Amino acid sequence: MMVEAIMALALIAVTAGLILLLTLQRNILRSGLRQLPAFDRLRQAIGLAVENGTRIHITLGKAGIASSTSAAGLAGLTTLERIARVSSISDRPPLASSGEGTLTLLSQDTLRAAYRQMNQLELYDPHRGRLTGPTSFSYIAGALPIADGENVSAHLAIGNFGPEIALLMEAGEQQEAFTLAATDSLSAQAALFTSSQETLIGEELFAIPAYLNSGAVYTASLQVQDILRWGVIVVIVAGSILKLLGVV
Amino acid sequence: MRAPVSTAIAIATGLLVLLGAFLPVPVLLPVRQILLSWTIPVAATAGLIAILNLLSVHWRKLNSARERDYYSIILLLAFVVTFIAGLLLGPTDPNFQKVVTYIQFPVEASLMGVLTVTLTYASISLFQRKRGWLAVLFTASTLLFLILLSGFLNIPENIPFVKDLLAALNTLPIAGARGILLGIALGSITTGLRILIGADRPYSG
Repeated sequence: MMVEAIMALALIAVTAGLILLLTLQRNILRSGLRQLPAFDRLRQAIGLAVENGTRIHITLGKAGIASSTSAAGLAGLTTLERIARVSSISDRPPLASSGEGTLTLLSQDTLRAAYRQMNQLELYDPHRGRLTGPTSFSYIAGALPIADGENVSAHLAIGNFGPEIALLMEAGEQQEAFTLAATDSLSAQAALFTSSQETLIGEELFAIPAYLNSGAVYTASLQVQDILRWGVIVVIVAGSILKLLGVV
Repeated sequence: MRAPVSTAIAIATGLLVLLGAFLPVPVLLPVRQILLSWTIPVAATAGLIAILNLLSVHWRKLNSARERDYYSIILLLAFVVTFIAGLLLGPTDPNFQKVVTYIQFPVEASLMGVLTVTLTYASISLFQRKRGWLAVLFTASTLLFLILLSGFLNIPENIPFVKDLLAALNTLPIAGARGILLGIALGSITTGLRILIGADRPYSG
């Protein structure tokens, strides 16, 4: 038990060290981000929204900060900050919705921080970080009017959802808005694959901030994620071979 | 550095909870317990503030001359009625719970019905939205597992080869799900670590 705990802490320390190292020494790993059409279309949709004076709606899911599935919402918050900065000159600034209290407060705080850093704090409106409902279905039901009543040209669903998120994506689709979805829930991923224009599968969710040029730490984090993935692959393959040979 | 005090508190709290989870050091365990117990009132307070925000958004919508939304009045009235009933009867009162669930459950069941229709329609029009091998693979696997899970192929299961083939096919979704979940877990670790080292701050302080 103690050995496992120390190994886990060592892995965490090494991962944190790698993130810091790759952030500070950007030229160690020069491999660029691979081309993903979903991100090209996302950047295009953000640009179009700023030009046309339409709104971008980011919905952050229903997993609170204290839950075990909060990481997806945190990736959504980073995306929200980036988009708020990029579209600060737009006539209609981005709108964030969520289905949980702490996430709502964090979305308001994220928007406020983004405007403060752009020296445009007067543009901040707390009503643009909304709780649309405290239960799974009320959250989606409350978010549906945003799709057809707030001049939204892009819906981004980034967080922890149930399959019911497909209702919002379909509503956005009917208004001919761009829809992109990324979630950590398997059932929601399946539902979103059919209902949204672009669906990010699995860990691609955590790549969004890096692809939106949010900062060196996000690119470094993505590279560390790749290193860890290769580590897991090696362990699985080695374990399988050892099992086949009857060693373990 | 942005918000140094908030960042320091977040890093220190995160480290204490993390170390307390892994190391059975007597000093760390009560500290971890206290810190974790604080999340409950904090989350409850956040929930209350967020509900006030929800009411405020709908109040503004109702009073907006340009984008007036009359559905907002339904939400506000429902909230007032539920809130007063909850205060007078108490949230554990069986009559209060009956009223809430008799309204909430049918509404949610209706939404579930709408979702079924929406997903069926979305699946039919999948190839209009997405082209390429991934859409073909998704459709083929959906159809295959619909047939497999329907029990339609249970009859020839006694034939040795078919039985092995069905068993092999049934492990495919488990393997795929594990692969996706491993990727998500790795992403969650790096996301958490970015906050723990103060590189990512979803709070302004």
